[in-house]
Amino acid sequence: MTKRLSLAALMAFALSLALPALASAQDGAAALLETEGLELDTTWVIVSCVLVLFMQAGFLFLEIGFSRQKNVGAGVAKILVNLGIATIAWWAIGYGIAGGGNDFFGTDGFFFSHDQLIGSGEEAFNVVGSDAALMLFGMLFCAVSLAIVWGTTLERIKFSAYVVYATFFAAIIYPLVAHGVYGGGLLSDVGGKQVLDFAGSSVVHLTGAVGGLAALLLLGPRIGKYGADGKPRAIPGHSMPIAGLGVLILWVGWYGFNAGSTFGTGDNFFAEVALNTQLAAAAGALFAMLVVYMKTKTLDVGMAGNGAIAGLVGITAPSGYVEFWAAPIIGAVAGIIVVYGVLTIEKYLDDPVGALSAHGLAGIWGTLSIGLFVSPRLIEFNGVTASPGIWYGIKDGDLGASIGQLGVQALGVAAIFVLVLALSYACFAILKATIGIRVSEEEELAGLDISTHGMYGYPEAFIPQEEYPAGRFEPNVAGTPVATPSTAAATRPTEN
Amino acid sequence: MKKVEAFIRHEAFEPIRQELLERGIPSLSISEVKGSGRQKGVVEHYRGASLTVNVRPKLKIECVIDDSEKDIVVETILKHARTGSVGDGKIFVVAVEEAIRIRTGEEGADVLQAHEGTEIPSA
Repeated sequence: MTKRLSLAALMAFALSLALPALASAQDGAAALLETEGLELDTTWVIVSCVLVLFMQAGFLFLEIGFSRQKNVGAGVAKILVNLGIATIAWWAIGYGIAGGGNDFFGTDGFFFSHDQLIGSGEEAFNVVGSDAALMLFGMLFCAVSLAIVWGTTLERIKFSAYVVYATFFAAIIYPLVAHGVYGGGLLSDVGGKQVLDFAGSSVVHLTGAVGGLAALLLLGPRIGKYGADGKPRAIPGHSMPIAGLGVLILWVGWYGFNAGSTFGTGDNFFAEVALNTQLAAAAGALFAMLVVYMKTKTLDVGMAGNGAIAGLVGITAPSGYVEFWAAPIIGAVAGIIVVYGVLTIEKYLDDPVGALSAHGLAGIWGTLSIGLFVSPRLIEFNGVTASPGIWYGIKDGDLGASIGQLGVQALGVAAIFVLVLALSYACFAILKATIGIRVSEEEELAGLDISTHGMYGYPEAFIPQEEYPAGRFEPNVAGTPVATPSTAAATRPTEN
Repeated sequence: MKKVEAFIRHEAFEPIRQELLERGIPSLSISEVKGSGRQKGVVEHYRGASLTVNVRPKLKIECVIDDSEKDIVVETILKHARTGSVGDGKIFVVAVEEAIRIRTGEEGADVLQAHEGTEIPSA
């Protein structure tokens, strides 16, 4: 049995390769060692699950910080409902679609349950605890991708649009993409090469951003975003500290997102992935800050946050395929891309948190960067069918194969973009024509908190009381004299 | 001298400010206030229980001007703040006795709005 579980799949059939080997192990001690190794792997996957789940808090704070204070409560309701829908939809349908099956979708594993038979032939396995860990990991990735979608739609989308699209996204759209790349679908074998995407720059982040693009095209900008001259106006978020906290929580969560995509602790490879992640995020923040300063002469707080996210998104796909020296380069380019992306997209589309740039453009860059930097050592280590990046192609003389790999990466990006845009646009168009996807102008001006959720996210400083708190004075019954300062002093309860 | 004090909807402010600036009255102050009037209170729902808050958020504009400019200001506020629904707000005009510019110590109506040639930020 291979020492590490296959990286190429978040699908559980990877594990099925390991199990027969385990069962056939004759030596009892060796079997015990294998079992312990497996348990350690599962432990790391579950720790990573928790970190990836924590990213929901990151998205929550990032979006709330970038919203006006009349829309903060809506952000909380949105995240909780979408996380709930993604969880149930993935368990019931999504996991099955994403797993092994034909070229287009998986056919087993619906309503995931213990001892369920998944797959056929040599790859078939019965569900055990470690499968549940991998299934949960995939579920939380799906939830992250879904959370990215709504970044473009803040402050004006109807709540009912969340419910319908989230169900469709977590049951069908995301699983189709995941199946295509990780689950043995078309993108896992393009003329003898596979689309490499270690933890999902494209599968998770581009997919989410393209869903957000579809929503945005049909939703339109917030009231007041564009002046009469058509120029974009800033609508500043209400709390940069909260947005900053969101960025850092995402950064922490990304250790699970990338390093957890090793699905185990074998050869301590997950530590290398973690270091790559950190290097790229740092470079992304620094270069976004540098570029925005050169362009606007402002050390822009929000853009530094976008830069860190872009660095993280950029390194997501190559994190397990590139050497340490390439990680800061990938992160820096992502940081530069995000600034130009935000400034350009802002002219045409109202994307309040910069999700199209930080997740979409940086996701595309991250996936393509594999074609430049993927190292022969890590291709062999990960057991993937791919050619070394152009950097190595130039050095070693096999440039044609390297360019081929870059082409396969580009094909993967294009395929995901088209598939997700078509399905998402259709879904939102139907929603728009039926129940509508946007709140009324009056509701938008009042804010989603009070108009949709019946309360202010930051409640009134003034809250009406039936009488003075704690009743310092006797109620003034008709006919009794009004308390004068002297009688008030006499009846005043002892302060404590 | 007069002080115009107007309670308006938030979204009416920007067009009012814009037009007053164009008509040579750049100086004003705003505060976010809460108040009650004929408009019904806001019913909030919080974890299953409801609460009627009888005050609603409004914006207060304060603008001190020369007597001759009062009509311009009132007219501009009426033009942009009126939607026709309950809750458009009110305008109060009160007399002002003295005005003193802190930087120079000048007194009188001259200090109310910008000097000739003073920089006024463009929109």
